[in-house]
Amino acid sequence: MDLRFGDSKPTDEERAAVDALLGPPASAWEGADDRTDTDLRWARGGREARERRDLLLPGLHALNDRVGWISEGGLAYLCRRLTVPPAEGYGVATFYAMFAVKPRPATVVHVCTDLACAARGSARVCTKIERDLGPAGSAGSGAVWQPSPCLGLCERAPAALVIRAGEAPRTAVVAPATAEAVADAATAPHEAAAEPQAAAAAPQARTPAAQPAQAGTSAALPAPTPAPRPSRASGQASGQASGQASGQASGQTANAVARTGSSAPGSALAAPEAGRDGLVLLRRVGVVDPGSLDDYRAHGGYAALRRAFALGPAGVIREVTEAGLVGRGGAAFPTGRKWAATAQQPDHPHYLVCNADESEPGTFKDRVLMEGDPYALVEAMTIAGYATGAHRGYLYLRGEYPRALRRLRTAIDRARARGLLGEDVMGQGFAFDIEIRRGAGAYICGEETAIFNSIEGRRGEPRSKPPFPVEKGLFGKPTAVNNVETLVNVLPILIEGAQGYARTGTSASTGTKLFCVSGTVARPGVYELPFGATLRELLELAGPPKTLRAVLLGGAAGAFVRPDELDVPLTFEGTRAAGATLGSGVVLVLDDSVELPRVLLRIAEFFRDESCGQCVPCRVGTVRQEEALHRIKDLTGDAAAGDIALLREVGRAMRDASICGLGQTAWNAVESAIDRLGAFK
Amino acid sequence: MTAIPLRPPRRLVDLTLDGEPVRAPEGSTLLDACRAAGKDVPTLCQGDTLTPKNACRVCVVEVEGSRTLAPACSRRVEPGMEVRTDTERARHSRKVVLELLASSTDLSTTPGAAEWIEEYGAEPDRFGAEAARVAEEPKVDNDLYVRDYSKCVLCYKCVDACGEQWQNTFAIAVAGRGFDARISTEHDAPLTDSACVYCGNCVEVCPTGALSFKTEFDMRAAGTWDESAQTETTTVCAYCGVGCNLTLHVQDNEIVKVTSPHDNPVTHGNLCIKGRFGYQHVQNHAQNQD
Repeated sequence: MDLRFGDSKPTDEERAAVDALLGPPASAWEGADDRTDTDLRWARGGREARERRDLLLPGLHALNDRVGWISEGGLAYLCRRLTVPPAEGYGVATFYAMFAVKPRPATVVHVCTDLACAARGSARVCTKIERDLGPAGSAGSGAVWQPSPCLGLCERAPAALVIRAGEAPRTAVVAPATAEAVADAATAPHEAAAEPQAAAAAPQARTPAAQPAQAGTSAALPAPTPAPRPSRASGQASGQASGQASGQASGQTANAVARTGSSAPGSALAAPEAGRDGLVLLRRVGVVDPGSLDDYRAHGGYAALRRAFALGPAGVIREVTEAGLVGRGGAAFPTGRKWAATAQQPDHPHYLVCNADESEPGTFKDRVLMEGDPYALVEAMTIAGYATGAHRGYLYLRGEYPRALRRLRTAIDRARARGLLGEDVMGQGFAFDIEIRRGAGAYICGEETAIFNSIEGRRGEPRSKPPFPVEKGLFGKPTAVNNVETLVNVLPILIEGAQGYARTGTSASTGTKLFCVSGTVARPGVYELPFGATLRELLELAGPPKTLRAVLLGGAAGAFVRPDELDVPLTFEGTRAAGATLGSGVVLVLDDSVELPRVLLRIAEFFRDESCGQCVPCRVGTVRQEEALHRIKDLTGDAAAGDIALLREVGRAMRDASICGLGQTAWNAVESAIDRLGAFK
Repeated sequence: MTAIPLRPPRRLVDLTLDGEPVRAPEGSTLLDACRAAGKDVPTLCQGDTLTPKNACRVCVVEVEGSRTLAPACSRRVEPGMEVRTDTERARHSRKVVLELLASSTDLSTTPGAAEWIEEYGAEPDRFGAEAARVAEEPKVDNDLYVRDYSKCVLCYKCVDACGEQWQNTFAIAVAGRGFDARISTEHDAPLTDSACVYCGNCVEVCPTGALSFKTEFDMRAAGTWDESAQTETTTVCAYCGVGCNLTLHVQDNEIVKVTSPHDNPVTHGNLCIKGRFGYQHVQNHAQNQD
């Protein structure tokens, strides 16, 4: 390698941010200021330095968190520290929407303009914000705002996320957002009103009116326990966690109490309406204190891991296979088969990747799980690692989920401190640890191979398959990659046994499913229903609009369903037979006030923005799709027919010839709107 | 004497290509099998000296049992595979991909593009005059070669040739995302401020003429570039002892570009700045000596 780093120097702040993550530079070769005689004789680095490439993304986060953007000097220093060619470092930095390589104010406001928020008035909010802060992207009054793809806060739409860089970076979620509240949060993100409890997003969850236990523990939240490898953990955890956790947590409790007391009449009542209190995946959300390991154990936590150790890895895989669990991320691949295929690979080490890059517009179930019951994910990942023979799990969390990040960090640190992660989990001689990696605003990184490239410090571009992840995944090693909801399902499987678990649901879709209901319903939120319930039953729970126009099932990559198709059973096989998909469980409800062509245009915009640009059908096809929808947004009948024919041709090529699922599904929703809803007729 | 590298013997795999049984060595690609059977499939991002990135998708073929089409350039042959290269489905995707490319980038210097567009009945104009294009001015920032990214189809070949597959210089990478993705140095700096060593191996592999020698770029601008009037002479580079083959492209008794044979076991088509660009002394005419 012949690296050339240029002359630009980092500022002291940038250097400190990178050094906090990587430790001080060992020699002038790594960017230390003083060159010693030894340095001149002995060039350290080589393979060992290059093997730290995967710290590039955390390093970019460190710079962006500290100064709000990534300067030439900062990037050059980071690249020098990690022996990454600057051109590649730049290529990675420019791949992610949350990073900027041009100067911008420390405060960045992301205002969601995606489907669910648009259905609840994000356009009005944007117009007002534009008046306050100036046009999107322009730096007015110390803050810059930008429209954002779905922030995963659809139950409280419209939503905004404020991020302020600094030594202790601050984040504030404003949802439901008004222009005034956003402006306030942008000036003082640390004073912004706390988010309601995660359980408020799950209308079925029973939120106790008062939670003395939680108030006690969370107010006393200590700083996260230092991880065994200080160089990695300290930089990631510094500032964000310690500064915010205690202040915000106490506020949260107060807010949650206020909310259950007054503002959310239906939220706590939805479960009784369902006629059962047998929530499985959500049963602890809103019930346990998400910061307390003891509380988690008191509510049945870690019983599944104990059972897993009793069964042995093969036994766990057998249970999961017999339970019929299939992936909940959208592809519905049998989890047991994936695990078995990973476990039997002769190549080592094996890795586990938890895909928590929940970015499908309208999806927020994983956020609710992670915020409301973080230890469940930690336990489930430990079980998955045990079954697949992995000793390291990467939790790839979407960058727009600050609260989930704090809660998971706390959970992992506490589990480690108690011997539930680490060299000897539960004294069983099994070593397993979890590392959180933050995404930085790229939908495509939720693709199962793009996620590997992103973790490895490369551009989050999907790889072509074969080889499949179970053979060559993360770092080229056998890897099992699972969605959050999929993993959490493993706990009830082990506790109830495969047969017990499979009794719920249908024969081809076992268990329960989380549905993210958003749009024009009375009680948006995450609903847990056994597979087999119909769309109508789900909508009844959430309070459907008077005049339903359509339901988008499965998200932007999913399909529209008509009001006369509400009896479709919400199972993988049922939706498939109806020509739709469950996808990641998005149920976006649109009433007749919605202008369908605008919704389609927004979906097309989303795919154009989020295409990685690697393959031609998707890179150019998504642009042509958007252009055509733009041309016909006010047209119908014959006037639109030519462009619809064009859309069909482009859509077919995207579906057939794109490398990954993004391009392959980018035309699904538009096609279904044309064919099933008669859009443009 | 040419050294012929011996590889371990490879087993032959039986598969069906357009209904005909064929045998191909294990580990070879569908494209290899197609070409061995005398069928050609159009390719852009595939190169004989590089591992294809399979990004352009013009080489897609239909594989029985596969939900999507498969890129022939990188899908390996498997026993019992049933492959069809010329179905309506595959032709449709190729046609649309060519339309998408030709409507967004300038394919005027891409060998084969015009023929493929005709063969597949592609109509790039049907996206309208407003269709977004990769609008970039040619970057002329050094004396040796020019980067005209309005002709770039993002095949990644230059990045691979500059990086780990050949040169290990890593002066360029893909930056940005989606339709705005571009081949770029860090912070889009001029090449003279980058790690570029001017080996020209990126120019060697570029399939569209987005990268071209300054000589060729200037002659094209002046309208004097005429490939039919050029002769090619392969010789040995005299600068050092490695013994790289040089192919001198000569027009009107002037060397206008230097390449290297891709099947040469020493260079595999790669050269260094001296072999690629250091030919001026050969034609150091009196008029150049001021």
